[in-house]
Amino acid sequence: MKLIMAIIKPFKLDAVREALTELGVQGLTVSEVKGFGRQKGQTEIYRGAEYAIEFVPKVRLDIVIDDAEADRVVEAIRDAGKTDKIGDGKIFVLDVVQSMRIRTGETGSEAL
Amino acid sequence: MLKRKGFNGLAVMLAAGFWLLPSTAMAEGLSSGNTAWILTSTALVLFMTLPGLALFYAGLVQSKNVLSVMMHCFTIACLVSVLWLVGAYSLSFGDGGGANAVIGGLGKAFLSGVGKEAMSGDIPESVFFMFQMTFAIITPALIVGAYPERIKFSAVLLFSALWLIFVYAPVTHWVWGGGWLADLGVMDFAGGLVVHATAGTSALVLAFLLGTRKGFPTELKPPHNPGLSMIGAAMLWVGWFGFNAGSALAADTSAGMAMLVTHISAATASLVWVVIEWVKFGKPSLVGVVTGMVAGLATITPASGFVGPLGGLCIGLAGGSICYWAVGLVKSRWEIDDSLDVFAVHGIGGMLGTMLTAVFAIPVLGGGGLAEGVSLGGQLVTQGTGVVATVVWSVVATFVIVKVTTAVVGLRASDDEITEGLDVSTHGESGYTL
Repeated sequence: MKLIMAIIKPFKLDAVREALTELGVQGLTVSEVKGFGRQKGQTEIYRGAEYAIEFVPKVRLDIVIDDAEADRVVEAIRDAGKTDKIGDGKIFVLDVVQSMRIRTGETGSEAL
Repeated sequence: MLKRKGFNGLAVMLAAGFWLLPSTAMAEGLSSGNTAWILTSTALVLFMTLPGLALFYAGLVQSKNVLSVMMHCFTIACLVSVLWLVGAYSLSFGDGGGANAVIGGLGKAFLSGVGKEAMSGDIPESVFFMFQMTFAIITPALIVGAYPERIKFSAVLLFSALWLIFVYAPVTHWVWGGGWLADLGVMDFAGGLVVHATAGTSALVLAFLLGTRKGFPTELKPPHNPGLSMIGAAMLWVGWFGFNAGSALAADTSAGMAMLVTHISAATASLVWVVIEWVKFGKPSLVGVVTGMVAGLATITPASGFVGPLGGLCIGLAGGSICYWAVGLVKSRWEIDDSLDVFAVHGIGGMLGTMLTAVFAIPVLGGGGLAEGVSLGGQLVTQGTGVVATVVWSVVATFVIVKVTTAVVGLRASDDEITEGLDVSTHGESGYTL
């Protein structure tokens, strides 16, 4: 099993979710995060004084799927989440040691 | 009227007879029109503090301190209300006997001798007491803007109590209570000196002695909820109609014109800030437009009963631009962390407006005219005297009050309390539990 962790632009969430649903992904977790990469933050000005806002709002998706599906999921996220501008985000693939469905106690691929 | 337990037919007929008289000619010379307006103005001005100012300030601080500034405003309102009854009203408006030039006496402490039927001109004294109380409430509440995010709550209370008695009451008495500035002929319709100059100047002194917020001046956090500030500012604008037009103490032409010039000044000064920010930064902001509004309102306050529409417009232009410049002066040049710009907006605004009152009071500029035999130059000197006296007294007295407060309860919260946020560390509450 693999954990696909994707950081994307917030407004791309709907497009990415639709693409994943079409692939047959059964579930995922979304969190609102902030961060920076090559896309630096911005400067806000209040009453003439500058405030450096270093972090940019992003959305993080966590998806756990079978090894066989990983490449397709990564590609789907990339295609849906791309804008060709700085700040599009990143995708990481991690190994998952175990997974379990809380209701039934099923483990492994059965839990996904 | 009908104080006896029973009443007879004659009394009923007499009472009924009174209702047939015109409403302005009731017994004891009470004007119900004026009384109704000042009752309403009292509510409007209290609304400026609760919740207008509280919301305005709340949006400008970090989220971890949002409740603390609201707490400051609310508690100050309560504290001042009680102290006003106990003796501050009497010190402000009472007869000081031999010392009446500088302070009223304690003859009306606890409103002793002031019963339900007591009058102040053609409105009940209870109403005058209440109306003036709302001014006494908002003035120390304005100073909250100097010290958020780092002050000790006990210091807020002790400072505000001492400040009410030793700064607000005397200056009020000088200007409105028959004291020496009133005798000189100082024109301050609704509190350019009494409210804004005192609060602004004292805020500067307190901010200086308190020390800065962590990260001042270059690594501060921005206002956490500018929308909340706009809501509070809008309440201030509406409430200010009670503040300025109510200071006519009558429902008459003075009140009408005062409301008009107040509104025009607010609108003009707001637009000035929009233009300045648009030109300087390319982005006119909500925080900017509402700050311009406050600057316009503070500056017109002393002039509101004396000037005409042209005066309102010009004073708005002046207040908007000069207060903008003053914000930079205090924060960047003097490097004093008067966090929410109380001196720049209220202090400078009030002083500027006090001087411009003389200028725009002259008839050729649409004003109501100066006093008999007084020249513009002479009135400017008088206004200047008022400004200097108010500023000097505010600085000296505030300095002493801060020193006393620091010695008795301390002044600054601990570094840990400040880092955690005053909401949790001082008040045990969180503004947002998401």
